[in-house]
Amino acid sequence: MMKKAEPTLHGWGRVKAPGREVRVDDLSRAPDAPLSRGLGRSYGDSSLPPPNGTAINTVRADRLLKFDEITGALRAEAGLALHELNRITLPRGWFTPVTPGTHFVTLGGMVAADVHGKNHHVAGTIGAHLSRLLVKVADGRRVECGPDLERDLFRATVGGMGLTGHILEVELSLTRVPSPWVLQETERVPDIDVFMSKLKDAAARWPMTVGWIDCLSSGKNLGRGIVFRGRWAEPHEAPPYLPPPPMRVPWPKLEAPSWALNRLTVGAFNAGIFYSHPNRVKTQVVDTYRWIYPLDAITNWNMMYGPRGFTQYQCVLPDEAGPQAARRFLELLTSRGGAMSFLCIIKDCGPEGVGLLSFPKKGISIALDLPVRDDTQALVDALNEHVIKEGGRVYLAKDRFTRPEHYRAMEPRLDAFMRIRKQWDPSLKFRSAQSIRLLGDPA
Amino acid sequence: MKAAILGATKGMGRSLARLMVERGDQLVLLGREPVELQRSAADLQARGGAGSRVHHFRCDLAEPETFAPALDDAEAALKGLDAVIITAGLFATQDELEADARLNQSVLTVDFTNTVLFCEEARKRLLARGGGTLCVFSSVAGDRGRKPVVLYGAAKAGLSAYLEGLDHRFRSKGLKTVCVKPGFVRTAMTEHLKAPPIASEPDEVAPVILEGLDRGTPIVYAPPIWRWVMTAVKSLPRFAMRRVGF
Repeated sequence: MMKKAEPTLHGWGRVKAPGREVRVDDLSRAPDAPLSRGLGRSYGDSSLPPPNGTAINTVRADRLLKFDEITGALRAEAGLALHELNRITLPRGWFTPVTPGTHFVTLGGMVAADVHGKNHHVAGTIGAHLSRLLVKVADGRRVECGPDLERDLFRATVGGMGLTGHILEVELSLTRVPSPWVLQETERVPDIDVFMSKLKDAAARWPMTVGWIDCLSSGKNLGRGIVFRGRWAEPHEAPPYLPPPPMRVPWPKLEAPSWALNRLTVGAFNAGIFYSHPNRVKTQVVDTYRWIYPLDAITNWNMMYGPRGFTQYQCVLPDEAGPQAARRFLELLTSRGGAMSFLCIIKDCGPEGVGLLSFPKKGISIALDLPVRDDTQALVDALNEHVIKEGGRVYLAKDRFTRPEHYRAMEPRLDAFMRIRKQWDPSLKFRSAQSIRLLGDPA
Repeated sequence: MKAAILGATKGMGRSLARLMVERGDQLVLLGREPVELQRSAADLQARGGAGSRVHHFRCDLAEPETFAPALDDAEAALKGLDAVIITAGLFATQDELEADARLNQSVLTVDFTNTVLFCEEARKRLLARGGGTLCVFSSVAGDRGRKPVVLYGAAKAGLSAYLEGLDHRFRSKGLKTVCVKPGFVRTAMTEHLKAPPIASEPDEVAPVILEGLDRGTPIVYAPPIWRWVMTAVKSLPRFAMRRVGF
């Protein structure tokens, strides 16, 4: 007889781990569990419970509790998905103050990862826009916290990856937008130095900036790519109707074979993107959803990386590392054979946020997808050692391979975080597969 | 449309109510937990936009004496009543019901007797206004006696038969009866059951139910594929039903 398979969970990178989740309607009466989990879009193991444990899935706790259309103040249960929030607020002239590159995330997940977006250089992370969080802490109490209330708990919860307790409710201020459309300017750039200077120039004038890099480029083309600059379109520039609801082209729920992804296919794809863009500045009014969430149009795109899954390596290199930091990083990557990556995103970051483990800090963030292979651990180790030397750090929401000693070397704030975490949760009841791997929590 | 919904705080009722407020329907929520009612009303008001007001009143399917006052309050708050929707009910697995006679009694009572009593109160009020729509959630479990749903299915079969009779008797007088038969939908009720490959989410079935409600369709399978699944199940001979697990 065949042995019944143990239930497994996985993050967006599809690297499976033993565990299960249970969906709960009323989070405050949920059974005891070490972790809450939303839509599971973190790439690695942040949303996975300790091995064979059970996580509370929050997606059914998705009610709006307050939406003031005069001030933009909004309070909702933590499982509310961002795509649903956008669908409700964008037609009424309000938008989330900060959004990651996917709208398939919950409010609770956004807080736990302290997400940032294309406007980080002006708006900071989501943590900067929160007024209140309701957290169910280890002793079962439901504690309201915010920038001016139980500040320690608030700072440890924002970006705390769910390790301080279950986030039940989130209150934040939305941003007024002049229209539901975005005016974008795109420009092709020949190498990393031009890329970085264009990105820096854009920051002063544009509220939303980001760049895509062909990470198989090398030599004099190293770091060629496209810089995207955007701002909300003014009413007279925008079409007089709402952007159509986001289209979703279903990628079949089928893993691509592992040989499909190779230097040739990825190189051709990246060159295609690069050359399909005209060699001049292009300005157009674009659909907000397609501008911010281009990959969301293809459901299950994470299946493209084959049966072993993938990870995303995202690090921030601080300004102190100097203007050549991005070049050094790409050179290291190229020297190790480059990344088989469709996606390599560079974004300039503003100052560090309020969350004690919040990822961004003043500098530049580089993110690249890496299919999991035998040498992925070695590659991540090498990149991490480089990032430590540069004074940077990695993003927990993407991480699956960082070693605890590397994380500790990157994160001087870890002791402060652990001190507050243990004040609220002395026996470390709240844990994740990631906290066991990285922070040395008991399994 | 002015509608009272019993059981709109969770699952399919929640999804249906959201679709309704977003197109401008006026709703009153009925249910047994005041805090839940208040939170769901807040959600619906926020979705309905400026000026939308969603009232709520306590009504518990286990307490028939709450039915008439709750419906009176709903009618008064809405200043009218076009539809009454009942999604509430109890569920337990066959094993649980066989093991616990008290639980069995309350499931049978709530899902059949009390639901019918509530429908009778609603029917009188709708007929007094010249008609309307009575939309009640039964189940595919009531379509045939089957091993995993002997007791729950029996209550739902009785409910479906009642709703059919009601429709025949009163449609000419303006009362449309809509019997909704959801298949396997992932809600709190089914969280601990093993989901079949054709399981759906509440947000997927809600538009199907709303269309049935608007049209006054007597029987609505949600999602529609369950009509064919149940046609097949109903056509199986008894000796086969004795052998299969469903």
